[in-house]
Amino acid sequence: MTVTGVRATARILARDDGRGGTALPVLEGDGPLALRRTRGSGAEARVMLVGAMSGPLGGDHFAVEAEVGDGARLSVGSAAATIALPGQAKGESRYDVRLNVADGGELCWLPEQLISVHGSDLYVTTRVEVGADARLVLREEQVLGRAGEEPGRLTSRLSVRVAGRMVLDQELACGPGAPGGWDGPAVLGGYRAVGQLVVVRPEFGERPVGARVLGDGVAVMPLAGPAALVTAVAADALRLRRALDEALAAFG
Amino acid sequence: MHLDHDHHGPAAVSADSHRPDGTRRALRIGLGGPVGSGKTATVAALCRILRDELSLAVVTNDIYTREDAEFLLREAVLPPERITAVETGACPHTAIRDDISANLEAVEDLEDEIGPLDLILVESGGDNLTATFSKGLVDAQIFVIDVAGGDDIPRKGGPGVTTADLLVVNKTDLAPYVGSDLGRMAADAKAQRAELPVVFQSLRTEAGVCEVAGWVRGRLAAWTA
Amino acid sequence: MSRAALLVLADGRFPAGGHAHSGGAEAAVKAGRITGAGSLADFCRGRLHTAGLVSGAVAAAAVLGVDPLELDRATDARTPSPALRVAARKLGRQLMRAGRATWPSAELDALARQFPKGAHQPVVLGLVARAAGLGAEDAAYCAAYESVSGAASAVVRLLSLDPFDATGVLARLAPELDRVADRAVEAARAVVGDGVNALPAASAPLLEIGAEAHAAWAVRLFAS
Repeated sequence: MTVTGVRATARILARDDGRGGTALPVLEGDGPLALRRTRGSGAEARVMLVGAMSGPLGGDHFAVEAEVGDGARLSVGSAAATIALPGQAKGESRYDVRLNVADGGELCWLPEQLISVHGSDLYVTTRVEVGADARLVLREEQVLGRAGEEPGRLTSRLSVRVAGRMVLDQELACGPGAPGGWDGPAVLGGYRAVGQLVVVRPEFGERPVGARVLGDGVAVMPLAGPAALVTAVAADALRLRRALDEALAAFG
Repeated sequence: MHLDHDHHGPAAVSADSHRPDGTRRALRIGLGGPVGSGKTATVAALCRILRDELSLAVVTNDIYTREDAEFLLREAVLPPERITAVETGACPHTAIRDDISANLEAVEDLEDEIGPLDLILVESGGDNLTATFSKGLVDAQIFVIDVAGGDDIPRKGGPGVTTADLLVVNKTDLAPYVGSDLGRMAADAKAQRAELPVVFQSLRTEAGVCEVAGWVRGRLAAWTA
Repeated sequence: MSRAALLVLADGRFPAGGHAHSGGAEAAVKAGRITGAGSLADFCRGRLHTAGLVSGAVAAAAVLGVDPLELDRATDARTPSPALRVAARKLGRQLMRAGRATWPSAELDALARQFPKGAHQPVVLGLVARAAGLGAEDAAYCAAYESVSGAASAVVRLLSLDPFDATGVLARLAPELDRVADRAVEAARAVVGDGVNALPAASAPLLEIGAEAHAAWAVRLFAS
């Protein structure tokens, strides 16, 4: 018997509603990827990604696409952590996130953690296109294994383009079968939680944020463009979140 | 040395006496010698005496990055933009002799950023008696030893003592206290160096660095002639 | 052209500034993450498969004639730490000088004009390799090897590690180095057809964070 994974795509389209708010002309969930509009604040529309099934399992292919137009403000979160699990289908599972923020738009992409469970095999790609005059806050957190558990195989690529120019392109591979040294002193050094926070603001072009280290294992780094990256490693998901929250608050 | 093809960009070759725009570059004088012999103090004294008559700058090569540069900044011997520190990866002699690329960038950047210079002093990190400057980096070098380091150093020789364009024996005021025989040091230096000059100095006396400054002026006159 | 040119270019004594950089080893030693030959091997392995792979692919792509400006920008995007971008450009500038003096070429002169303050070191390395008559594979090997050799010799100085142990670490990494060089060349060939997004983007969070911490120290032995 051949087992094939689940394919699912969720789509969000956010537009300026012309009355100082943000409309969501497209809000389409699919199978395990359900979307709910929740109460926003001011001009911002808020959307919650609700995982109706746990997943992705081996062989699944999930995709989430969001597009934010000029003048629209969208904030996206998730109701719970995404858990990569081993499945019956062969091969890796994929999770692809495509975000597009037009000039004059603003997106806060703040999902919960991605947890790589022992035996899982997931390839995540997050590609973001941001207009020259757009604003973005994006958080990604990877947790390697549930408490006390060895992680699965997880590869995560994150790329951010501002006004057509790539300002960040990074891939982190960890877990069994990942290229050697991933858990060693150059890469993760035994830390089990790793996260990135990307902040894009037009004013960073003129006044880049200063590079600084916030405590042990957290660095704020101005990128080659109007953007900054916070990279953090921590012993667990809780400490990682605390570090990234502090870093985000420092951006003002 | 010129390569057999056209140069348009920044000079590739270190010893060129001209900058890419055709003007003559600054004279570069290296100061080397053992730890604690008074290189930084000599550089500071030279800056104080020469800064009103010449446009000059300093490159330091520290073992622990910027310490000597910080000293010169604290002493305010030159405006901060005229002092640059080169980081040497725990090997100061490598940065002045075997791989001079970081020092060459530093001297060229100084000339590019603060305009035409007459003189750049390149101070080596404190090292051993064999540490000398590459001819690709400096036009002349001064080796600084001191009487307290032992009066047998000139006799022992080594590339610094025997080949430096100027040997400076520093801290002569300490000679009576450390039992160093200045006459013997002078005789040994003469034997090692033949006609190459030697200066005995104490920066605590009124004459101070004057003799070394005079030698520097002489080199500069020859460079611009 | 002569394969022996690779020995000249890859020689640790090639005067292009590498001796003043530890490849992140000084920060890792201070943080207690490198304490001996075993952890040095883990450190080098991690560097090889991340920074080494990316550098190897960029250098190989430069040999294959990919636009240096595009490669330089792609390397910026793969180097979020500003301290590492500065170090890579400094080393690129120093290599440019050494390369132009050693293997004069109009292409290197043009690169020096385009990047007076230095392009990323692997971009320059690729074009220097080209000027020396070397191929994409040679450049990939050189970049991959440099990604670990500098760290190993820095740790000899930082921990007074037995130099034979450090050299043994490098020798035992050789088979992995072969694989990384192969992957780098394969990626570089893909870049020729598909553009610089086909470059690998393997990252090492602790190298980035450590580089920023190191750059803020008042006292250090190495420039990076």
